[in-house]
Amino acid sequence: MSESLLSVRELKKHFPTGRRSFLGRSHDVLRAVDGVSFDLERGQCLGLVGESGCGKTTVARTIMGLEKASGGSVTLDGHELTSLGRRGWLPYRTRVQMIFQDPYASLDPRQTVASILTEPLAIHGRGKPKQRKLRAMALLDVVGLNPRHINRYPHEFSGGQRQRIGIARALALEPEVLVCDEPVSALDVSIQAQIINLLVELKERFSLAYLFIAHDLAVVRHISDTVAVMYLGRVVEMAPCDTLFEAPQHPYTRALLSAVPLADPLAERQRRRILLEGDVPSPLHPPPGCAFQGRCPDRDAVPAGRCVSEAPLLLACGSSLVACHLDPSRE
Amino acid sequence: MALLEVRNLSVRFDTHHGSLRAVDDVSFTLDEGETLGLVGESGSGKSVCNLALMGLVPRPPGVIESGEVWFEGRDLLQLPESELRALRGNSLAMIFQDPMTSLNPLLSVERQLSEVLEVHRGLSRRQARKQCAAALDDVGIPEPERRLDEFPHELSGGMRQRVMIAMALLCDPQILLADEPTTALDVTIQAQILELLSDLQERRGTAIVLVTHDLGVVAGMSDRVAVMYAGRLVESASTLDLFARPAHPYTQGLLASVPDLGGNREGDLFSIPGSPPDLVELPAGCAFAPRCGQVEEACRSGPPDSLDLNDTAAHGPRRVACPRAHAGFETGGLL
Amino acid sequence: MADQATKKMGDWGLGAGELERILSEAAKHKGESLWQDAWRRLKANRTAWCSLCFLALFTSVAFLAPLLPLPSPVSLDLQIEPQPPVAPWSQFGRGGFSPEYWELSGLDQAMVRGRVAIFDDWQTAAWLGTDAKGRDILSRIVWGSRTSMLVALAAALCSLAIGVTYGALAGYLGGAVDNLMMRIVDVLYSIPFIFVVIFLITIVNEYRTELEDHYGINREVIFYLVIGAIYWLTMARVVRGQVLSLRHAEFIDAARQLGASTARIVFVHLVPNVLSIVIVYLTLTIPAVMLFEAFLSFLGLGIEPPKVSWGLLAVDGSEMVNPVRIYWWLVVFPAAAMGATLLALNLVGDGLRDALDPKLRGQS
Repeated sequence: MSESLLSVRELKKHFPTGRRSFLGRSHDVLRAVDGVSFDLERGQCLGLVGESGCGKTTVARTIMGLEKASGGSVTLDGHELTSLGRRGWLPYRTRVQMIFQDPYASLDPRQTVASILTEPLAIHGRGKPKQRKLRAMALLDVVGLNPRHINRYPHEFSGGQRQRIGIARALALEPEVLVCDEPVSALDVSIQAQIINLLVELKERFSLAYLFIAHDLAVVRHISDTVAVMYLGRVVEMAPCDTLFEAPQHPYTRALLSAVPLADPLAERQRRRILLEGDVPSPLHPPPGCAFQGRCPDRDAVPAGRCVSEAPLLLACGSSLVACHLDPSRE
Repeated sequence: MALLEVRNLSVRFDTHHGSLRAVDDVSFTLDEGETLGLVGESGSGKSVCNLALMGLVPRPPGVIESGEVWFEGRDLLQLPESELRALRGNSLAMIFQDPMTSLNPLLSVERQLSEVLEVHRGLSRRQARKQCAAALDDVGIPEPERRLDEFPHELSGGMRQRVMIAMALLCDPQILLADEPTTALDVTIQAQILELLSDLQERRGTAIVLVTHDLGVVAGMSDRVAVMYAGRLVESASTLDLFARPAHPYTQGLLASVPDLGGNREGDLFSIPGSPPDLVELPAGCAFAPRCGQVEEACRSGPPDSLDLNDTAAHGPRRVACPRAHAGFETGGLL
Repeated sequence: MADQATKKMGDWGLGAGELERILSEAAKHKGESLWQDAWRRLKANRTAWCSLCFLALFTSVAFLAPLLPLPSPVSLDLQIEPQPPVAPWSQFGRGGFSPEYWELSGLDQAMVRGRVAIFDDWQTAAWLGTDAKGRDILSRIVWGSRTSMLVALAAALCSLAIGVTYGALAGYLGGAVDNLMMRIVDVLYSIPFIFVVIFLITIVNEYRTELEDHYGINREVIFYLVIGAIYWLTMARVVRGQVLSLRHAEFIDAARQLGASTARIVFVHLVPNVLSIVIVYLTLTIPAVMLFEAFLSFLGLGIEPPKVSWGLLAVDGSEMVNPVRIYWWLVVFPAAAMGATLLALNLVGDGLRDALDPKLRGQS
């Protein structure tokens, strides 16, 4: 366990919600992340997938210290991060960086590319202004942009180019871990492929580890070594990429995979979808026991009432970790 | 006989940056009970095309420069606003991408739905309520009677989109224009909505124009596909042909750049270099020429004409706006 | 770990020499900032541009007033009734200038000396007429505008310095801090400032000598203090609202995850992004402040004679309006000057709002 670069244990993030008066405390708690554990090894990519509201973005933000964890731990090379203040965090910032979802919102519109890219270096006191600027140009070159455009502003670039600038900013401090929060979901298909290729290339070149968050399963499959599927604040299945996509164990994973439309009309017409009933329950009032029980197509296969009475643990099943009461040897 | 026929439609927008042609000389037909997928990236003009069919292009800045839209023997672009209004929601209905903003947050579900009926059918409040409940039941909403009294914010995204679909189908339209109906939804909810749409279509025989950027959705839903790039229709074909033998270099690139869920992770994804052109400053020739791997000198001189493609194995007529593609199919080989 | 980092730097493709060369080329690829873009669009807006030029002219005339060959605004020429305007073509100028002023600052005195050196005792004729005491209206309007400008400047500086910082901090820090800071603003808001002014000025009048001699506090100081105390409040609210909506923008999160300090986030990222709204709001505040000054002076609570302000001019004019004879120039010209200034400010504000609107970006 101490071997892994980034280790997340029983991470919890609860948001107090509901009415809050001047003095009173609110009682409703939104369990956005409710006990998530995983390890990220050097040079590996862990894909984190799930539908909106499953807490995958909150996991990323909590790891980055953008939200204060309600419980659990995040360790980088054995150093505990969750309890650190801003100053204590600083030395670790250089090792873990983040790429954001929306290339239009993640760059300060009033800054030039030069100041966007030199800001990380300035905050961490690296180099003199001139060196920083040269470094910023080298970064632009690394992400496939023309370094001559360093004095331009974000609005003078297209969406894909802006996302490249965002990636360059994340690379500026030469991190070991990149947390990518839906880095391609705001982009068009043809641009998306460019950015994915860039991310794959950078991963090899700088031996980066990615925590890759996405709702697009095909993208995750392309880039990840391990995939974790989240549902309502918990990981329901985690497995090596090929295993997860070829032999999904958890009923939710199966439904999710079968719901993805394929860009192949013949396959699409022959395919049988597992249609889930209803919607994802609110994380304010999660159902008792297994969070998925209300929609689970396989719940009748489990001995009476266990799904309702008892939350399943994430247990090893072959090379996968699955949180389901269903007997894995059923098949 | 086509149900809807669009001929040489061009829509221009006069913006502050200059005027741009969002839809440029687009022609297609829609048969009864058929689903036509209109595919393209953002800014390709697919949504504007849809709005133009409904007469909903905001004017100004939009200007319908030319074209005809024939439906039931009438050219929709020439109809006065009053007659168009009678058609909208009645024979032509539309569902939008974001079900939250397209429902009025202050009205109950019943009020939103019954408005359509009261306007087009002149039903009484009570009759309308009954029909609305039936419509909600039809789109798979449990406890329709209770849902009628709820407000949009009390419904989930999937439910809201179902309400939108119920609203669109209340008057049994012949054509449903769906603008990215599932883009804002999660995969499992998207699967539900797509299933619902194809089920409804089968039962009622509604023709659907499905505007989307998701090639997977098109592959599963549509009978024919039209691909748009920078305001122009670059290729149209039956879905099977288009996915099996894409003719236009853009279509080929688009299909190749979709990551494959079924494996094959080795090597890079195919990607089209560059980014979509700025519509204000389109290149003189084919708009795709600067990104095209098969570009020739002729491509840069003038926009290529959309011509019937001589594809012997095709399941239906195909049109492509690329001379190279025609040449490739003439010699029998794929590019 | 350090080795690894430096090694990474090594294979970053471009060498140092190459980068230096590109850096010099990069100067040619200067981007257009949102400010430059807004400026260009403001210039294209003819109404706003004319108003801005008018205001610039007006401000420089006000600033250079002591240097201009205007009659003294206070030199008396006792006569029975106000003299009507004299058209510049019938009488352009005349002699007889006497440098009578109230206590002027050093710079102003220097400018007066310069004026005497250049023009000697030549001064313009009473183009806009004179008041009952024979004082030149044009000169009084120009000198009065200096007061308005000073007031506007004081309010603008307070708004910018206190209001923006206070609002941005409250909005960014959020939670209990925000709550406390905004309640303070609410309390200050609820104070009826007119009464405070009357109260303070009564005190100042009562203990005039002590206060002025020992502490240097006079009515004018009180006046500026009050304006300073009021006019940052609304700005703080406006900025806080804007910051609240920006606080969760991804670029703020991006700065936070880089380890940026609160000061850096507020002043490097938040403030420049709310500045466009601040500027538009300022152009709306300044007319209000000018009116407030005129109002207080009208009530006799603001500027004291012999100094001039537009409010005092209005008092003078209104006193001379009687059923027997209307000395229209005493009312019309000061009112026109004030009206034109306020209108120009509003038009510039309108133009700025359009120019700074990100949705209209790129319009030429």
